[in-house]
Amino acid sequence: MKLIPDLIKKITDNEIWRSVFRHGYADTPRNRVLQIISNIWLHLHPAKVREHGTKIRFTWCMGGITFFIFLFETITGILLMFYYVPDVNRAYADIVDLMYVVPFGRFLRNSHRWGAHAMVITVSIHMFRVFLTGSYKPPRQFNWVVGVILLVLTFLLSFTGYLLPWDQLGYWAITVGTNMARATPFLGHEGPFAYILGMRADNDVRFALLGGTMIEAPALLRAYVWHCIAIPVMASALMMVHFWRVRKDGGISGPL
Amino acid sequence: MEVMEEKGREVKDDRVFTWPNLVAKEFLAAIFVTVGLLFYSYVVDAPLRELSDPGQAENPAKAPWYFLGLQEALVYFDPWYAGVILPSIIILGLILIPYLDNNPKGNGYYTFKERKFAVSVFVFGYVFWYVLIYIGTALRGPFWAFFWPWEKWTHDFPTPPPLHDLPLLLGIALMIGFYFLGLVLPALVKKDFFYKLGIVRYVLTMGLLLTMLGTVIKMIFRLVFNVKYIIATPWINI
Ligand code: HEM
Repeated sequence: MKLIPDLIKKITDNEIWRSVFRHGYADTPRNRVLQIISNIWLHLHPAKVREHGTKIRFTWCMGGITFFIFLFETITGILLMFYYVPDVNRAYADIVDLMYVVPFGRFLRNSHRWGAHAMVITVSIHMFRVFLTGSYKPPRQFNWVVGVILLVLTFLLSFTGYLLPWDQLGYWAITVGTNMARATPFLGHEGPFAYILGMRADNDVRFALLGGTMIEAPALLRAYVWHCIAIPVMASALMMVHFWRVRKDGGISGPL
Repeated sequence: MEVMEEKGREVKDDRVFTWPNLVAKEFLAAIFVTVGLLFYSYVVDAPLRELSDPGQAENPAKAPWYFLGLQEALVYFDPWYAGVILPSIIILGLILIPYLDNNPKGNGYYTFKERKFAVSVFVFGYVFWYVLIYIGTALRGPFWAFFWPWEKWTHDFPTPPPLHDLPLLLGIALMIGFYFLGLVLPALVKKDFFYKLGIVRYVLTMGLLLTMLGTVIKMIFRLVFNVKYIIATPWINI
């Protein structure tokens, strides 16, 4: 196939291109290293990796894809925040506007929603592959622990987002979910041994989660703040640790 | 590397340049994921029902799908277990895995032969989690009644058979017997397994495994013998 080299030559071998990019890219070992280590984003990677670690059949690419979907959700989420106000009198109308009025609003909301589901799936598959390759074994035990916390945070991210449209689906899903907190032993007012600590509907853990005894304005605001700020910040911090540990633990695991 | 070679030793270096070997695949993956998500979002709309109404409960009211395994467990257990203790045990168990599994083999490559026990237990739990999610998502209709995929969800389904509790002493005996035998028998039969793990790891591993199996067994008790609680007391029911 000479098509691609020809095309590249057409695009790059002219005055305009050369006026922008002062010189070409020479594919030398030195440059391959520099591409990685002198790029702020790519230097997350080492300059060289063990070959099996680049194989899709080894990692299934699932950790990387989970991270990518997290970025995707961050961008679409920020865009959604321009239109959505977590106020019980407005929230639902804002979503309806997104679906019917805002240009590309429906597309935006859909992609954020499906991205969230996708992330839950890919993170679970990532955990499955890490287990099957035994990659939690020394020295990577702690990175597995970080991973489990990331898994929980991914669930919680998705869960807190579920309430925000303030429709029947989210409202009752969050009702079912947070009713569980009522039953927490000792700490929920319907849980076993709740009387020991004097738990009531208006002072137990569920009350703390919802900011009330019912899902009302404070619960919506809490879901929003957890969803848009608190959990993403925690997850980002842990991802930094996670990626840093992948490298400190000797890069992608592999047969010795 | 060269120094080593001078000594006449063979050096295995299977490393390749990250650019382009890995980075190219990452970019491709990112493109495929983006295209896939955008395509799906173009074709399928995200759900949006009517405005929320605290007076008008959805029936069935379902948590998001990834929690439906736990919601399905509510059929068989009280909320304090299905909704709080069971997920806590799962998270704790996952966190403990690297510290419990001290088998040095199978570190960094796929193998079933070298770690049959670990892989079987994990895959069983993983599959079980999704089976429950499938049941909760697809097979549970109004009032959380069970419907086969080919049945229509209706509000008039046959009344489920009445449930009964086991006598308290029998329940307690069964429970203690289950954990006692579950801890002691494998240690006697598979001494090797016990000694390799050591007492602390062994007890934690088997405790978690028995709890997972116990959860399944309780479900079977309910389905086959209509048992509501194995242990029923005024304070706590299991
Ligand atoms: C938001 C969630 C997560 C992200 C973004 C993430 C990302 C990544 C990435 C990019 C890698 C490099 C190798 C690969 O792609 O497979 C990795 C490795 C790893 N992850 Fe995760 N991960 C997440 C959750 C988890 C979970 C839930 C676990 C386990 C419970 C986990 C455990 C590990 C371990 C042990 C490694 C090292 C694997 C090896 O060296 O082969 N991670 N992670």
